[in-house]
Amino acid sequence: MSDNLTLPAQQGPADVTPAEPLLEVQGLTMHFPIYGGFPIKRKVGAVQAVDGVDLTVGVGESVGLVGESGCGKSTTGRLITRLLEPSAGKITYAGRDITHASRREMAPVRSEIQMIFQDPYSSLNPRQTVGTIIKSPMEVNGIEPEGGREKRVRELLELVGLNPEHYNRFPHEFSGGQRQRIGVARALALNPKLIVADEPVSALDVSIQAQVVNLLKKVQEELGIAFLFIAHDLAVVRHFSQRVAVMYLGKVVEVGDRDAIYNRPRHPYTHALLSAVPEVEMDDDAEPRERIRLSGDVPSPIHPPSGCRFRTRCWKAQDKCATEEPPLLQISGNRAGHLTACHFPEEPTTEARDEDVILDPALQALEGSADQG
Amino acid sequence: MSDHQGTGAPEGVIAPTGMGGAMDLAASEAETLEKTPGGPLGTGPAGKPRSLWSDAWRDLRRNPVFIISALVILFLVFISLWPSAIASGSPLKCNLSKAQEGSQPGAPFGYDGQGCNVYTRTVYGARTSVTVGVLATLGVAILGSILGGFAGFFGGFWDSILSRITDVFFAIPVVLGGLVLLSVVTSNTVWPVIGFMVLLGWPQISRIARGSVITAKQNDYVQAARALGASNSRLLLRHIAPNAVAPVIVVATIALGTYISLEATLSYLGVGLKPPSVSWGIDISAASPYIRNAPHALLWPSGALAVTVLAFIMLGDAVRDALDPKLR
Repeated sequence: MSDNLTLPAQQGPADVTPAEPLLEVQGLTMHFPIYGGFPIKRKVGAVQAVDGVDLTVGVGESVGLVGESGCGKSTTGRLITRLLEPSAGKITYAGRDITHASRREMAPVRSEIQMIFQDPYSSLNPRQTVGTIIKSPMEVNGIEPEGGREKRVRELLELVGLNPEHYNRFPHEFSGGQRQRIGVARALALNPKLIVADEPVSALDVSIQAQVVNLLKKVQEELGIAFLFIAHDLAVVRHFSQRVAVMYLGKVVEVGDRDAIYNRPRHPYTHALLSAVPEVEMDDDAEPRERIRLSGDVPSPIHPPSGCRFRTRCWKAQDKCATEEPPLLQISGNRAGHLTACHFPEEPTTEARDEDVILDPALQALEGSADQG
Repeated sequence: MSDHQGTGAPEGVIAPTGMGGAMDLAASEAETLEKTPGGPLGTGPAGKPRSLWSDAWRDLRRNPVFIISALVILFLVFISLWPSAIASGSPLKCNLSKAQEGSQPGAPFGYDGQGCNVYTRTVYGARTSVTVGVLATLGVAILGSILGGFAGFFGGFWDSILSRITDVFFAIPVVLGGLVLLSVVTSNTVWPVIGFMVLLGWPQISRIARGSVITAKQNDYVQAARALGASNSRLLLRHIAPNAVAPVIVVATIALGTYISLEATLSYLGVGLKPPSVSWGIDISAASPYIRNAPHALLWPSGALAVTVLAFIMLGDAVRDALDPKLR
């Protein structure tokens, strides 16, 4: 297991030696300005979509990035592929600072960082054939592979489990799963070193999700490509990623290897997320897992809560949480490489709790009266 | 239009619980695809790829509205190129002694107040209408889509400026603007009329183009191309323009009919073309005082104008039905 740490700068790399980091993100911030006012519009606020994210992806490593809708996962992905201009922070790829690189400066890196998009229906140009779509990365970057571009496209189609004869077909002739395979083939066209997969399976039918995830896993293992796998489906991330970062409202609240996050989570939010995963195994001996129900929505990223951003929905929140922002640290009881940003972490277990934690007073009242009645 | 959506690969047959070993199912999926040549996957027997344009063309060929309007338009184009093929004599050769006479051999539509052959004048009048309609539409479409497309693509300051300018142009009443601007023009050709239409017409197309470019540029495939390092010109030409052009084509086709009727309106009001030019608007204007004595002199050019405008608007409708992806 690699031990790539994501530590605050002052802490340093501590006692573990990180495996070659391919991508390093420090304090990445994206604030989308909000303009208002009349007659002259001026900045009246900002959506703090991503606010100081630290992340490291090692060579050939697969890192999962999970969190609720609107927590900034996709924005993080688009910042790393430089589709958006970060407000602050630093993105280092293979030792090269690409935070504010221009199109020209990005050119050599572009071929190494690729992206897979969420919606296979909008990520393929409906006016272009499959061959043209998969060929375009080579055209844009002026790469002429051995045997010609068309041969390479046919190889790629075969690699992702499509018929090479589909070269001249149009995207609308394919199903969602097949379209996503085309997207994967496009991402692989230039032999990238890092693929940012932005919810690559969440738009797909569940039965197809497995196929695409397995395809990505095969690609990752056989070609040694590093992945930043953005998803809200914890089961998929568990299947795919060696290391997992949990995001909440623009911040990473917990990061660690797969085992640490899934079996020894410390942050209350991670607990809540894991308890929401439906369980298939019906073991008679096993006690039912705790249930944690988070009430309401994620607070507005325009006015995020002070201190710990999760405190408004946290059952352990105290005064300290409102005033002091918890740093992302290896807190006591965590194994190496497992960082948690919490003042009052939970026990490192997913075992059953005595009773359900219900965070919605209204729901609590409702269930209480139902129990009595 | 289910045949446009069907893909035929039975992906739903996999047990949803099996995360492992689903890879081999991919192979079977591909196999199934291969085994359905033609069919729902429907490349033609020649293996020719089917694009959305060819789909649209297929739809159009089956649409009776399109066939009728296209035949009318083809006929109009033909007679405006070679009017002498179906009309003998000159539209300017008039004989006052035959003024207001009715239908007779050699003049199936009769004669107007000046003793001119209404049939000949109606046939020759098509040239003016088609020329003005086509050229004004081309000018409007080119100017409007370039300005609107760039404003939509780059956004920001120039977009705001352009949007305010279009607002100003929308505020100008077309007929009043025509009366003011064209009354100072002395040239008796179609060019001032076309120029005026382009001047007042481009904001309409510009807005459509701007909106459809903004929609297209937000698509993930544009982001994907950008992530590959594609240049702005490549994004615009390869990815955005082909996907944004359909609404512009539709609106332009429908607008063509209105430009033809606008030309007639302006000529009727005496600020468009003036005699001795031949135009349906001029004829309608000249015949209207004699409507009780010689209604045929008014009805034939009016009817030709109405049929022409209707044909272009129907064509625009049919094209919209074929290109509108929401109906697919």
